[in-house]
Amino acid sequence: MSLTRRTALATLASAPFLAAPAVQAQAPVEITFNYPVAVGGPITKLIDGYAEAFSRENPGIRIKPVYAGSYQDTLTKTLTSMRGGDAPQMACLLAVDIFTLIDEEAIVAWDDLPGSDAPWLDSFYPSFLENSRTAGKTWGIPFQRSTIVQFWNKEAFSAAGLDADKAPQDWAEQLAFAQKLTKREGGQVTQWGLQIPSSGFPYWLFQALTTQNDVRLMNAEGTRVAYSDPKVAEALQYWMDLSQKHMVHPPGIVEWGTTPRDFFERKTAIMWTTTGNLTNVRRNAPFPFGVAKLPAGRRRGSPTGGGNLYVFKSASPAQREAAAKFARFLTTPDRAANWGIETGYVAVTPAAWETSAMRAYVADFPAAAEARDQLPDAVAELSTHENQRVTKALNDQLQAALTGRKAAVPAMADAQAEATRILRPYN
Amino acid sequence: MSRTLETLAAWLLGLLWIAPLAYALWAAVHPSMYATRFDLLAPLTFDNFTAAWAAAPFGRYFLNTFLLVTSVLAAQLVLCTLAGFAFARAKFPGSGLLFGLVLLQLMILPDVLLVENYRTMRALGLVDTILAIGLPYMASAFGIFLLRQTFKQVPKELDDAARVEGCGTFRILMRVYVPLARPTYLAYGLTSVSFHWNNFLWPLVITNTVETRPLTVGLSVFASTDQGIDWSIISAATLMTSAPLLLGFLLFQRQFVQSFMRAGIR
Amino acid sequence: MKDRTTLHAWLMLSPALLLLVAFTHYPAVATLWHALFSTPRANRPARFVGLDNFRFLAEDPIFWQALWNNLVYAVATIPISVGLALLMALWVNGKLKGRTALRMAYFTPTVLPMIAVANLWLFFFTPDYGLLDRATQFLFGWGPTNWLGSHETALGAMIVVAVWKEAGFFMIFYLAALQAIPPVLLEAAAVEGASRARILWRVVLPLLGPTTLFILVNAVINAFRLVDHIIVMTRGGPDNATALLLTYIYELGFRFWDTASASAMTVVLLAILATVAAVQFLVVERRTHYQ
Repeated sequence: MSLTRRTALATLASAPFLAAPAVQAQAPVEITFNYPVAVGGPITKLIDGYAEAFSRENPGIRIKPVYAGSYQDTLTKTLTSMRGGDAPQMACLLAVDIFTLIDEEAIVAWDDLPGSDAPWLDSFYPSFLENSRTAGKTWGIPFQRSTIVQFWNKEAFSAAGLDADKAPQDWAEQLAFAQKLTKREGGQVTQWGLQIPSSGFPYWLFQALTTQNDVRLMNAEGTRVAYSDPKVAEALQYWMDLSQKHMVHPPGIVEWGTTPRDFFERKTAIMWTTTGNLTNVRRNAPFPFGVAKLPAGRRRGSPTGGGNLYVFKSASPAQREAAAKFARFLTTPDRAANWGIETGYVAVTPAAWETSAMRAYVADFPAAAEARDQLPDAVAELSTHENQRVTKALNDQLQAALTGRKAAVPAMADAQAEATRILRPYN
Repeated sequence: MSRTLETLAAWLLGLLWIAPLAYALWAAVHPSMYATRFDLLAPLTFDNFTAAWAAAPFGRYFLNTFLLVTSVLAAQLVLCTLAGFAFARAKFPGSGLLFGLVLLQLMILPDVLLVENYRTMRALGLVDTILAIGLPYMASAFGIFLLRQTFKQVPKELDDAARVEGCGTFRILMRVYVPLARPTYLAYGLTSVSFHWNNFLWPLVITNTVETRPLTVGLSVFASTDQGIDWSIISAATLMTSAPLLLGFLLFQRQFVQSFMRAGIR
Repeated sequence: MKDRTTLHAWLMLSPALLLLVAFTHYPAVATLWHALFSTPRANRPARFVGLDNFRFLAEDPIFWQALWNNLVYAVATIPISVGLALLMALWVNGKLKGRTALRMAYFTPTVLPMIAVANLWLFFFTPDYGLLDRATQFLFGWGPTNWLGSHETALGAMIVVAVWKEAGFFMIFYLAALQAIPPVLLEAAAVEGASRARILWRVVLPLLGPTTLFILVNAVINAFRLVDHIIVMTRGGPDNATALLLTYIYELGFRFWDTASASAMTVVLLAILATVAAVQFLVVERRTHYQ
């Protein structure tokens, strides 16, 4: 715990005006807060602002945000510094890192922190909490959360003779629409009907398809996966058929990073991507567009995604109390609403959507509420022990299938065999 | 005829090599929608630069990078000259083995040693300092190897003549070897500066604050593809951060070549 | 006299050696040591497992694929980038029109930060409206190709970016060597009526020997080190088609937190590099002609 000159002076200066002598006696508590965003982006200004506002409300506590880059960089940085004996007290990391962090004995459960209570922990959307709870405890507080939605080009819909205001509602309709939307000139496709990205983390988008096909990929304990369930292969076959049989979806691996641009360039009429892209599309699409829940297969569904807040074991009792206070501060309805409006992430509590600011925002931009309306059908993102390895087993086989090197059933059987081998110590 | 063909080939390759930079120039000065469309009438804009500049405290990052590359280069020049000279000219027992040990650093990739080096820096109390970014690179096997090769090509007679005139080892080094190796210093200096200007992973791991982070970490604002890639802003940021290097090379080029010539004629 | 030379040599070497030992040899040995232990987990401290980590690696098909990919990557990037570097150096050293601009053009990749440029390359390889597809469409009338998204072309695309990045860098060394050749030698050969090709073959190339050795050492090392663009552009995909040893080490060590396997694989990589470098150094150095 270091006492910087500024906080010391601030505390001294404010001391005479404060009635409670306890504040004077306490040394300021400092919390290092690792955050997964590259230094200097618009989000850092928001977080800096929240940290300062919090310190003004609580002069005894100072939050020191460290912006560490991508989620991967932040996890690397956090665990590397933890091994060096230098762990932060708090961090925002992927919700799916929960088992990794528990296995590393890096984090403490929120239930055990002074100042947190059940009503607060239960105030979040249950589908977000699915990724936070295991072994009867809550390990992560939902914060920077997202889900998958479909964006469609209304001009392209009209041109294809479709109702511009109606997105495909189920798998059959999605295929039928995509067939109408795919434009060919000579032997070449000039506009694809639909594009589902498959680079980097194909499992996440695939999980939407499996959920829609009414199958769960893993158990709540994170010890088993169901890759070889016939319904999983069926979902994969649907995806493969879009490109390999019906030819309404680009062949091979579709790059995640260029998908929004493909959409703007009218190379695809429908794209699946994260709600985090709302602001981006709103700013850059040169045509009217729609946002909607993903279509239903046997049911509707999408995985959630994004990051939760974690508190680390290295935190002292005073720091733990301060961390809980800060997390509650960040998730009050007004602040959660403000965060959602500013960033495009999904505000994490129902109460946040009832605030006047959020109501005004949704009235002006109804698309923002689509992600929220999908939450009742949403499921936890794929997460197990040895998470990265178990997901890689699936990613590799998905890419093998999508590049036409394997059939759906054997690909998923191989993924299952590999995942089972990795998870053996946990069963 | 074959001359013309050769010139043509050389230029074709040059165009190919400059294409990413040329594209960056195009994308940086046009609105985002023209990033993938080459329309001569596209409106010009400076917004991408302002947006990129506003995305991170680049002023501070420029300073940090400048401090980093100058301190690393200064240390490298001194250390590698001494070591390269010792390996080139001094015959002493075990020099071959020692040189082999030095060359190991050419092969052992610093990226692989992240965790161990982080531990060492922590033990030294250097985490989150500019010194810590540079320290593992200051004794450079690359520089030692390069200077040894260069020094070895200095005619022995020059060395002997200076020795006859009564010069000590250090004076010989400074008077005979170092001036003759100037092109090597220039080439090495340039490559060292561009390497450390662009190094990313280790600085990211070892630094925590704006006060120590170099430019590349600022660039990483744009490298994350969670919300898709905005080529216009990446281009603007790339140009902005590499402008000093590009400019330096452009201005330096004349001297660079001339000193080659001088060394060549000797 | 002899003792003094030795003393001087040690004095000159010690500052560099100290730093090398602290930040290269010590951590490398620590890595070797860690390769013999299991990955420490919170409730299971590391224990000595002997060669188990290597056995685990041998059973891992991705390791073998990464090894094979890396071999292809090396066999392609080394000769192409060294050959191009020599060609570039000869061109900009000659009397070519606009050689100053050309030299600049060839050298730019060295100056540009890979972390950003890889994203620009992503645009070049983008199917349909990407630059490469437009060029092939214009020149040969080809349809869109998913360069990064298909198994057959992804590694090739990565090789192109690597060659682009390093050829200009190597050119500088050839250029330095070419300019150090006494013009008298070339004039003498020209007076004797030797053709340009003959002068190149008999006079210039032998004199470039030491430089070629140096560049080769670096090209080999780069073939195992230059992976930033892969991490940015394909993350080793699709289905490990572009996974190399170092990308897989990064994945094992910093994504899977399996430091034991990462250490074992690092040992394999170090062994490969040590062998190649030893062969190069012993065999080639003996035959290299010094002025």
